[in-house]
Amino acid sequence: MIAATGVSVVEELFSNFWVVLVLKTAAVLGFFLVVPLGVGYLEHKVLAHMQARLGPMEAGAFHGWAQLVADGVKFIQKEDVIPAAADRTVFSLAPAVAMIPYIAILVVLPLSGSAFAEDLDVGIFFVMAMSSVSVIGVMMAGWSSANKFSLIGALRAAAQLIAYELPLVLGAAGVVMLAGTLSMVGIVEAQRDMWFVIPLAPLFLIFMIASLAELTRPPFDMPVADSEIIFGAYTEYTGLKFAFFLLAEYGGIVALSGVASVLFLGGYLSPPGLALPGPLMMMGKIGVLSFVVIWLRATYPRLREDQLQRFAWVTLVPASLVWILGTGFVKVWWQ
Amino acid sequence: MAAEPNGQLEQGIGQGLLKGLAVTLKTMLRPAVTVQYPHVKPDLPPRTRGVIALKEANCTVCYKCSRECPDWCIYIDAHKETHDPAGGGRARSVKVLDRFAIDYALCMYCGICVEVCPFDALFWSPEFEYAEFDIDEMTHEKERLEDWTYTVLPPPALEEGAEPPAEAAG
Repeated sequence: MIAATGVSVVEELFSNFWVVLVLKTAAVLGFFLVVPLGVGYLEHKVLAHMQARLGPMEAGAFHGWAQLVADGVKFIQKEDVIPAAADRTVFSLAPAVAMIPYIAILVVLPLSGSAFAEDLDVGIFFVMAMSSVSVIGVMMAGWSSANKFSLIGALRAAAQLIAYELPLVLGAAGVVMLAGTLSMVGIVEAQRDMWFVIPLAPLFLIFMIASLAELTRPPFDMPVADSEIIFGAYTEYTGLKFAFFLLAEYGGIVALSGVASVLFLGGYLSPPGLALPGPLMMMGKIGVLSFVVIWLRATYPRLREDQLQRFAWVTLVPASLVWILGTGFVKVWWQ
Repeated sequence: MAAEPNGQLEQGIGQGLLKGLAVTLKTMLRPAVTVQYPHVKPDLPPRTRGVIALKEANCTVCYKCSRECPDWCIYIDAHKETHDPAGGGRARSVKVLDRFAIDYALCMYCGICVEVCPFDALFWSPEFEYAEFDIDEMTHEKERLEDWTYTVLPPPALEEGAEPPAEAAG
């Protein structure tokens, strides 16, 4: 009797909309706070070893695993400086505006056929829309800082986003055409026979390049080019607000690596001949793509601002349009 | 690979990009060169300019080192004593070292004192861990300078086929 009541109470609890909402939010937030730290640690170590160094070795007992935790504690202790001429409200809101879109992307990211926070019918559209929002945070930061370097950085970020949003969306569009659905889970399920990276290899390349630019990661980090404009829009930020921007960057790597693996690498599907659990597969693919992002940072110097714009408009956009056109023809002829 | 008119080497598009990736990947797979200093002591060569050691018995108080020192960081005090030789004859005057100190807060590790010393009383030692919280402690008196002599390494071996050292050639 008591047991039966207990089960029904639990069932009732988990069918309650608000309880489920809170649990899902907590799960997504937890994912956002933990996994980017892992990527940050990966960046510290991979970058160091690619430069024949060791990277963090002291924090924590084993190979400096707690370095980013220690950094976080340090950021919390720092004084929160707001420049006298800054627009205080906008200045304080900017880190959140830059960070929240990437949390939102994680909401629709499926870790397996059943493990996701929400499977929106417009999944990939939602992702593209959200990834464009974060630049507003950067613009807010740059404008409200009352600093010329910040402003230049923010405008570069905006120009870069406009230029690279297009190839990013076109890259995703090719996948949507093949899959015939916008839902993230639907796109993964459409790759049961063949991962989309095989027919759409150039689009995958274009998507990854555009993602790098979207995240302002090297070699496309002109908005924060430290040798030219100090740290772009983040120049005036200190303490926890600065940490939020960093978290947004690493969260962005996780989010866009996740999106790229869903679109092109079969998401949570295992390669043929293997039957690994979905979440493991998905995390592995995010890890590999994050590694590539870091690898590119260690290898290539920063492009010039005009080269960056030229590359987007003259190379990436026409190339992705041509490939989409080809995909369309193939799709129509096959059916 | 033929050179193109603009001086660049001819190669396929993107080949340089791939080569770059290969370089970073290879470097990552090689062991790092870092020596984790506080845990692992560095393997320093014998001629490392760590600290200057004084062999007091060899010092004749000629003051050459303190005069040549560019920033005057060597302090020498001495007095004269006269000794009557055991076998008789006139009394001999001898300089006796009272104080020999090097202020490492001033020293710029040029090594001129070691070079100029005519009786091999000064040596370089590779020891470098003598940081202090008080700047006065950076002045090492002769007892401490004598202690450093026990850390002096033997000179590096001569290269293959090199001329024998002057003292050995006779």
